[in-house]
Amino acid sequence: MMPVPAQAVVIGASAGALEALSAILPELPGTFGLPILVVVHIPPDRRSVLAELFEAKCPLPVREAEDKEPIVGGTIYFAPPDYHLLVEADKCLALSSDEPVLFSRPSIDVLFESAADAYGPALIAIVLTGANQDGSMGLRAIVEAGGTALVQSPQSALAAAMPEAAIQACPEAQVMTLDQITTYLRKA
Amino acid sequence: MKDSTGPDKVEDIEIRLLLEALYVRYHYDFRNYSMASIKRRLKQARQQLGFATFSAMQESVLHEPAMLPRFLRYLTVQVSEMFRDPSYFRAIRERVVPHLRTYPSLKIWIAGCSGGEELYSFVILFREEGLEDRTIFYATDINQEALQAAEAGIYAVNRVQLFTENHRQSGGKSSLSDYYQAAYGRVSFDRTLRRNVVFSDHSLVTDAVFGEMNLISCRNVLIYFDRALQDRALGLFADSLSRKGFLGLGAKESLRFSKHEKDFDEFVREEKIYQGRAG
Repeated sequence: MMPVPAQAVVIGASAGALEALSAILPELPGTFGLPILVVVHIPPDRRSVLAELFEAKCPLPVREAEDKEPIVGGTIYFAPPDYHLLVEADKCLALSSDEPVLFSRPSIDVLFESAADAYGPALIAIVLTGANQDGSMGLRAIVEAGGTALVQSPQSALAAAMPEAAIQACPEAQVMTLDQITTYLRKA
Repeated sequence: MKDSTGPDKVEDIEIRLLLEALYVRYHYDFRNYSMASIKRRLKQARQQLGFATFSAMQESVLHEPAMLPRFLRYLTVQVSEMFRDPSYFRAIRERVVPHLRTYPSLKIWIAGCSGGEELYSFVILFREEGLEDRTIFYATDINQEALQAAEAGIYAVNRVQLFTENHRQSGGKSSLSDYYQAAYGRVSFDRTLRRNVVFSDHSLVTDAVFGEMNLISCRNVLIYFDRALQDRALGLFADSLSRKGFLGLGAKESLRFSKHEKDFDEFVREEKIYQGRAG
């Protein structure tokens, strides 16, 4: 199959997310062209500081996702606390307050599965550190749709369970350190 | 195989046909719902109801009307909390209620009331503020089972701790336990809370204005609609509000991408409470 140029990046992270994302997102130049959609497991409080925090660190614009917002390249979107983040076929963001999946809302699987539908092979998905199984089903769906799967190497992760589950569900995934993931994205 | 005849595309065709069948046969119109969410819910239904394909599900729904309620449960039921997002109810209490007090009679519409959690939150808040007796509450939903659940006002006892904490944080002036009785692992909310409530089947997709409202609260319903349908619902709300009436949306819903943005003014921006501009 001919490689398809990527149109978007999705990232899922849980325990240890802040450190891991801090090694990737601020390292992407302001010229980075793909949209990046991020789910981090956070407590369901109303206000999340993730977008503000990374906005201050990143050359790229960073926002908390809004419902039915058209996805813009070169922008980092965080799922808001207590909502699932999904991608529509017309490349708009959508939110849902459906029940938590694997005790998580936002859920990485929910984002990944909808993004697999919307982008097919033109998607790069990354599973980072975390202490649960979320993301592995979604990563599977992305691989089956022809997308690219990257997983943080469990040894380098603060919590190994999530990357381990992802690798088990997707043996096709490329296992990388955070530096290698960053380098990969810079070339994407 | 991932071309246009691949498995994913067939599934999308099946979903379109299934939604069309539901509409033509029963007049439930999900055709303009947010597809990413509805697909997820349909997959859940397919798995849990034990169908191999959406086409098989379609056949069952068309030929066995008894399947319909079971099926609608997956598409419409929303689990909420009493006083979900306490700061929203605090803003209603502190910012909106002082305006509502100036009216001799009030009409409040809880659109998409689901299991009734939000409805009872409003009735309790209005009772605490001394407004209940002059208010009619309209609680509407498209799902009959949800309306019956709302009317019953019975919830699992393990949810009450969260309800109680939310109520307290919202500035509640009474104890939530004043309004329910516990028995057999469930709590049953006081029937007097329902004396001014009208429960009714109403669809934001296909039905029209039915009254002039002082306040409409419709939270986490519009996110399930596509933009065209969101515009229809917001137009319906604009037409249903009395002069300077209020509209409350979910924490992550906004008028920003809607053509009805100009019909409303922001009233409490951070809580997504708007005030109708026309009148």
